[in-house]
Amino acid sequence: MSAVAPMRQVSSTVQLALTGKKRDLYGRVFQAGLLLSLLLSLAILIVLLGTALVDAWPVLSTRLVDFVTGNVSRLDSRAGVRQGIVGSLILIGFVAVVALPLGIAAAIYLQEYARDTRLNRLLITNIRNLAGVPSIVYGILGLVVFVQTLRGLTGPDNFGRSFISGGLTLAVLVLPIIVLITMEALRAVPKSIREAAYGVGATRWEVVRSHVLPYAAPGIFTGTILSLARAFGETAPLLLVGAVTGYLSSPTDRSPLEILQGAYTALPTQIFSWSRLAGEGWKANTAAAIIVLLVIILVVNLAAILLRNRYDRRW
Amino acid sequence: MATMTGDHGLTIRGLRGSPRRRRKEGVIRGILIAAAGISLVVSVGIVVALIGKAITFLTSVDLGQLWTEGWRPRSGQFDVPTIFIGTIEVSLIAMVIATPLGLGAAMYLSEYANPKTRRRLKPILETLAGIPSVVLGYFALTVINPYVVQDLFRVTSTFTITAAGIGVGILTIPLVASVAEDAMYAVPNALREGAYGIGARRHTVTTKVVFPAAVSGIVAALILGFSRALGETMVVAIAAGATGSATRHLNPFEPGQTMTGAISSLAIGSDSVKSASSGGVNPFDSLFFVGLFLFLLTFILNTISERFVRRVRRDY
Repeated sequence: MSAVAPMRQVSSTVQLALTGKKRDLYGRVFQAGLLLSLLLSLAILIVLLGTALVDAWPVLSTRLVDFVTGNVSRLDSRAGVRQGIVGSLILIGFVAVVALPLGIAAAIYLQEYARDTRLNRLLITNIRNLAGVPSIVYGILGLVVFVQTLRGLTGPDNFGRSFISGGLTLAVLVLPIIVLITMEALRAVPKSIREAAYGVGATRWEVVRSHVLPYAAPGIFTGTILSLARAFGETAPLLLVGAVTGYLSSPTDRSPLEILQGAYTALPTQIFSWSRLAGEGWKANTAAAIIVLLVIILVVNLAAILLRNRYDRRW
Repeated sequence: MATMTGDHGLTIRGLRGSPRRRRKEGVIRGILIAAAGISLVVSVGIVVALIGKAITFLTSVDLGQLWTEGWRPRSGQFDVPTIFIGTIEVSLIAMVIATPLGLGAAMYLSEYANPKTRRRLKPILETLAGIPSVVLGYFALTVINPYVVQDLFRVTSTFTITAAGIGVGILTIPLVASVAEDAMYAVPNALREGAYGIGARRHTVTTKVVFPAAVSGIVAALILGFSRALGETMVVAIAAGATGSATRHLNPFEPGQTMTGAISSLAIGSDSVKSASSGGVNPFDSLFFVGLFLFLLTFILNTISERFVRRVRRDY
């Protein structure tokens, strides 16, 4: 450490001598401008959180527990987000069960098995393009396929507007993202690891399962958590596949399948519908629901980032 | 290779492994291929779903209804220019915000920050990227419009296209920054060292060497950002005052309608009734037509940006 300081001093002396002993004012301003543009994003985040907290304070300070455990209500003083939170969690569970295995399997094929043929290149380009399709277009896909065409399976008593339709739509939405993230994590595992396994006679699947996947797991895990957090906050596609924006009764004596085929709502959808209602009470409710949503998403993101830093591996 | 059948019992057949093991390989391979094929099914599904319903709409509508003075599905006015203008306005305003902030952040992270500060600063952008758009919509309505747009431009409207555009821009910053940073980070050090060697300063290296070398990636970042802004829904639905109907205008300080806003208000509204006033057309079906239009626009932009990204990869 002690050698660093004199080194730096020498280099700055040399630089000063080379630049004619003038401080590089323009360069400093330029650098400050760049840093400022980065810090402005931070400022926006802080203002956003701050105003939401201030707006939400009447609710958070007086009836936080009731708010988190209460159901949707027509009265702003009694409305709560329990159904939204539970609904979002069920949707995300559905997404995880459907999209994770499919996405990871597709990525393993494209990264570990597929040769560089025209068809495979087309597949990868196609997945990249799918990742860029606006989420509302996935909503239209879900509307046509899951809500209208497969109505009999997804929700016979409910015009197809059910957890199954919503969950499948979100699963299709995050599938390409999971494939791309997993492919990147697999690509980061060095060739030598694979060759070591091939050298002792492992088959391709054995190489993938016992050598590549364990090393790629932290990367896949973090990326997937982030994409699930993204799905948690998605609103637009759910509006199309019929998440309930108004009152929702939740009867207690239903089988799991009936629940999945029944009407649903989600936390972001609740925020959207409340944000359109007039009055200070609803404004406070909206802000409080935003705080709940942000707390969930930020905690999950933080966990993912910490996990990545913990397992960050340099080969 | 006949010599391989030697005294040690090594045979070609032996080297191929047990049939059970190979069968398992085959099955697993089949499963993986099927999973990869699902992406094709999804794309085909999107296209078929959109095209089929869009054609139903187009055949039932009189083409003059697509060019009237406003977007009023309930009265049978499906003015395409109204929502197209709104979409482009929102996206351009978004890019006015996201281009300087995104590229500035990317340049700082790639050219100025040392690994340690980089690791500390990057989560800012990652956190911003994780904020749901519905939250940004609320922010645009309750903060950006009253305290930025109304104060700065002296307008009174509660809902403005500008506020929605700024909100969408904030959402676009992380995408622009990350794609642009990847492109600049990929510029080989030899180029930078060459410039330093002849006495260039850091800002000169950044603007005159790294920026031109990474320009295709930066263009790709901007196109991707624009495409993302085109498809953003919730900010517009909350902050642009996108209700069931809108008149065609160019004023960004008035409420307006975008393609995504039109789709979402059709989806949650009660417009799905065929009535005499809509000219015998089911207004709800226009949603598929607008969706197809939006899909094609973003698909073309994404394909172009993919081309630009590939050019970077080929160069180095």
